[in-house]
Order: sequence, then C-alpha cells, then structure tokens
Amino acid sequence: MDRNQAHRNRRRMLKGLHFVGLFLVMSIICIPGLWIILNSFRPTVEIMAKPPVWNPSFTLDHYRAMFGGAGQGGVPVFSYLWNSIVISVTSTGIAVLIGMSGGYAFARYKFSGKSGYFVGLMLFRAVPGVALSLPLFIVFAKVGIIDTHFGLILVYVAMNVPFTIWLTDGFFRQIPKELHEAAEIDGCTRWQAFWKVEFPVARSGVASAAIFAFLTSWNEFALASQLTRSVGSKTMPVGLLDFTAEFTINWGGMCALAVLMILPALILTFIVQKHLIAGLTFGGVKG
Amino acid sequence: MTEVTLSNVIKRYGEHQAVHGIDLEIRDGEFVVLVGPSGCGKSTTLRMIAGLEDISGGEVSIGGRVVNDLPPRERNISMVFQNYALYPHMCVRENLGFSLHIAKRPESEITSAVNEAAAILGLEELMDRKPAALSGGQRQRVAMGRAIVRHPDVFLFDEPLSNLDAKLRTQMRVEIKKLHQKVGNTIIYVTHDQVEAMTLADRIVLMRDGHIVQVGTPLELFNAPVNTFVATFIGSPPMNLLDGVVTENRTVRLIDGQELPIPSSPRESVQPGQKVKYGFRADNLSPVGHGVSDEGETADIALRIDLSEPLGTETLLFATLASTEIQCKMLNPRPVTSGETMTCRLALEKAHIFDAQTTQVIRSN
Ligand SMILES: Nc1ncnc2c1ncn2[C@@H]1O[C@H](COP(=O)(O)OP(=O)(O)O)[C@@H](O)[C@H]1O
Ligand SMILES: [Mg+2]
Repeated sequence: MDRNQAHRNRRRMLKGLHFVGLFLVMSIICIPGLWIILNSFRPTVEIMAKPPVWNPSFTLDHYRAMFGGAGQGGVPVFSYLWNSIVISVTSTGIAVLIGMSGGYAFARYKFSGKSGYFVGLMLFRAVPGVALSLPLFIVFAKVGIIDTHFGLILVYVAMNVPFTIWLTDGFFRQIPKELHEAAEIDGCTRWQAFWKVEFPVARSGVASAAIFAFLTSWNEFALASQLTRSVGSKTMPVGLLDFTAEFTINWGGMCALAVLMILPALILTFIVQKHLIAGLTFGGVKG
Repeated sequence: MTEVTLSNVIKRYGEHQAVHGIDLEIRDGEFVVLVGPSGCGKSTTLRMIAGLEDISGGEVSIGGRVVNDLPPRERNISMVFQNYALYPHMCVRENLGFSLHIAKRPESEITSAVNEAAAILGLEELMDRKPAALSGGQRQRVAMGRAIVRHPDVFLFDEPLSNLDAKLRTQMRVEIKKLHQKVGNTIIYVTHDQVEAMTLADRIVLMRDGHIVQVGTPLELFNAPVNTFVATFIGSPPMNLLDGVVTENRTVRLIDGQELPIPSSPRESVQPGQKVKYGFRADNLSPVGHGVSDEGETADIALRIDLSEPLGTETLLFATLASTEIQCKMLNPRPVTSGETMTCRLALEKAHIFDAQTTQVIRSN
C-alpha cells in the first residue's frame, strides 16, 4: 500500500517535471513569436517602454499605417506578398519536381558515380548561401536577371533541390521495389507505375519535402536582400527592412509585417501537418 | 495454349553468373515448382520469365511467342510476391481491380470480375479494408485474388507462403492446389521448401548454383534421385548415405568393415575398388516385422538404437552405423529403449549406389 503510494507520488512528480521542462522549452520557442504579435498591436511608446508593459493597450495603428499610402509610413505590402507567393510557390514546385525525380533515381537506379553525386549534392548544402551572394550578384547583373522573380526562383530551386533529393530518396527507398514490379505486371508502364503506385505511397514524404522547400524560400533573407531591390521583386523578409530609416526603426510596423509573413506559413503548415507528421515518422509505421 | 519454354537461359550480374543456361519446357496447365537451396537462382529465373530481369542469354517463350524483349505488361502473366506487394494506398477492392482499370475495361466488367475473384478466395467481407488492416493470411489471399482477376496465361509465385506461420502455410498450400484445379492455368511456383514442392507440383525442377539438377514428378525425384544432392534435398528425413568401397564379390564394405549387398540393378555397373555412397531412405529400413516386408531382396543389419521418436503410427529410430548417424522407421511401433539392439531389415531394391567422386547415382547400364 505504502509502496504503491510512493510509486504513484514519484510518477506524479516526474510528470510535473516533464511538464515544467516542456513549458520552458516551448516558452523559448514561442515567446519571441508571441512578442512580435503583441508588439504589432501596441503603440510605439509601449513597445519602447522600460520596464516592459505587461498589460498592453490595443491598437491597430501599425496595420492601418502599413496598408496606408507611402506618406503615412506605409509599405507596398501586397506587392511584397505577391512577390513572396510567386517566388516561393514556383521555386517549391520546380524544386520538388526536380528533387523528387532525383530522389527516385538515387533510390531505384544503379549508375556509376552514384555515391559521389550524392555526397556532392550534400556538400553543396554546406556552402553558406551568403558566401555566394557576391558572385551571384555579379553573374545575375551581367546576365540581366538581377531584381527579377526569375532570378530569385533560380536561386531557391538550386538551394532546395539537394535537400529534396535527400529527403525523397529516403522515402522512395522505403517503398519495396516489388510495388512497381507488381504494377508493371498488372499492365502499367514504368511511368504509370510511378504515378499510380509509388508516388501516392510516398506522397506524405513529398509533402514534407515541399513544406521544407517552401519555408526555406518564404523565409530566406540574405540572398534576397542582395538580389532584389525594387517593389516588383522584393519579398516579405526584405520588405521588413523598409521600416528601418537612417536613425530610427519602426518596430511596430515591422512586427505587423512580420505577423503578415508568419500567417500564410502557419496556415499552410497546419493544413499539411497530418502529412508532415506521417511523412517524418514514415519509417516507424509499416504499411 | 500457354506452354512456357526456356532454352539455354542465362543470367549474369556483372562478373557473377546466377543462372547457367537453363532448358525447360513447361506444358499448358502444368504446375511446375522450382525448388532448391536459397541463392540457387530460382527467383532470378522466375523474374526473367516475368520480364522483371533482363535475360543475358538464351530465349524465353510464352505460348509460342518469344518474349525476351517484351515488358512484363505484354506477357499476360500474373505474379504473387513473397511480400505480397499489395498497393498500400488502395483498399482490397481497388487492389483487385487495378489491372482491369489500367486495361480500361468497362466498369461493369471490372465489378463482376472483382466479385468473382473475391468469392473464389473468400474476400467479400474485406473489400473496403486497406492492406495494413489485414492479417498475413488475408494479404496472401488478396495477392492471389489480384493475380487471378485478369485470367492471365501463366501464374508466377515467388515463395508466396514463406511469411506465414506453419498452420496457415499448410492451409494456403491446399488452397493454391484447389485454385489450380479450378482455373487450370499454367503455374510456375518457386520455393525453397521441399515439402511444398512435393505436395504441389506436377513436376519439380530442382536447382543448385544456377543449374538444373533434376526435373521430374515428385515421386520420380523421391524414388530415383540422380545424385546425392537430390537424395538428401527431397524427402524428410533425408536419405541415409554411408561411405564405402565396392568389394570383389559385389558388396559395399563400410568403413567399419561391415558389408552390405549391392542391389541387383547397379550390381554389374560398379567396379571393385570404386568408392561409393550407399543410400537408402528411413522407410526402407525397419526392425524385422515392423515395416519392410520379406519379399524381394533384403539384407539384415544389427543396429544399436541411440534414440527413438514415437510419432504415433510410426516411430523414428536413430542409430549409428559405420560411424554415421542413420534413421530408420518402425511401423506398428512398440516401445523402444535407448541402447537396445535390434535386427533391422533393408529393402535392397530401394537402395541406391552413388559414386563417391561424382555424387551421381550408379544405375544398370
Ligand atoms: N540484383 C542482383 N545483383 C547481383 N547479384 C544478384 C542479384 N539478384 C540476385 N543475385 C545473385 O544471384 C543468385 C541467385 O539469386 P536468387 O535467384 O534470388 O536466388 P533464390 O534461389 O534464393 O531465389 C544469388 O547468388 C544472388 O546473390
Ligand atoms: Mg528467392
């Protein structure tokens, strides 16, 4: 009886500790985001206040100003949003198509130099993107694709393809080859066997790869800030810089735009989260 | 009519040759089992017939048509894989109907074909389940159903039962045999299990190291093995083999000096001094009065029994003869104590003499 009680107490304590630990970690992850959202609704005075104000007043001024004309401290939000969407969606689409083909080839076919190519692709990821910004700037300027959607799409495709290959290679590798063989015997061509059997089976993996690629493009700042400059091609992360003037930073406006930037990514992640979880734990569940 | 013919079929993987020129003729409606130890090239041979592996040399024809360069979909075959290879994202109904959908058959025809296959295999209750929600035996059944909906010319099976437990395996074995009797198609079936081969096959093709060792009905392989490999691979327990030398008076002297008479059929074909293996099955050696009859040629041997395994209608006896462990069978058994010495009678006409060097059987010539 006593032993049982002691055991139960210990279990309860462990559970409590577990909760506290989890709370701390989640706080570290979430508080900055929360702070951005809170700040976007606060008057500038409160944002700058020291010590911080904990029971904030609520204002939509920053949003009003942001969507307002250029004179009232507004920025071309819709252009930036549109640029971000076009560039992220297009580059993700292309990167997933190329990456998936590559991943499939690495998983299914034998060719000479295979492991060499694979290591090469992964090494490519090790190069910091910023290091490439100057050479890219020069090349793009010479070719004349600086400050265009196309240029940035090209960069993001190149950035995302290796990771997509690596991720989808893992997923296709886990699909037994007998599946496409069975489909071929059932009357499919190699192409049909892929689209009707292997692709649907691996779709959660492809969805995870797509989300990663999308978020990378959506949030990328370093290269975008070098390669874009006009309203016609700047993405949201670069747009954030519009709120910095020579001597002041409009924190409220910046936070408002940041919220606008986080929202689509958040919504998208929620929509595909079932796939994402299924995708990331693919190995654990055997079909 | 769908005969399957292999002539001098070769498979190379780079330097390594997996199949060494196989010749085989399979008749329409025949149930042929390819059997042999693991790695002997059974699956490779089957996959070349299916079109899943390139053929490095020779010719495969199905129904009189050379299919070497045809993709699997144009060979009109079905295959059941060891891991079933069911499409995990489709329910049983979709799995069964997949090939017909690909062939763009009318919906009504697909429905009736799928229902017919489901009825044959007792799958009606499971039609809306995904493969993940099926037991091993049920998956096996769906895989077979998927194979029969298309009414292919030839069924190919690659170790379809090896992932099932022993009881289910026996049960499915019977079902496969029934299925063959019902649909009557040509079946090529791969297994490493000689019991499956014996029970299912019209003809067995026994392979080793990429070569065919012997082709014949189960009883031919059992009663007339061409070499010691066949003798020990087919049949349970495996054939007893004793080393010995042929003497001047046409007996075999075992290594302990004991002599066994040579059966009359190969008696004239052996040379005195030739090293041989003397082979006989457990069924053909039994304590006097407990199995082997007195008719025909016999020889009596005194055996000290090491161990006995009562199996009910018979008892398996383990003894040591000329330093070799041998097994014999006792019908209408009485209790046997270990260490007991019994006089056992060998049916000579069922004994085989193999050349020790070549391992080939020595027959009358
Ligand atoms: N894709 C492959 N590449 C190289 N060697 C292979 C390949 N597939 C099979 N082999 C070799 O061919 C031989 C026969 O294999 P297999 O036909 O699978 O044997 P089993 O009789 O067990 O089905 C084995 O030695 C195996 O190692
Ligand atoms: Mg095999």
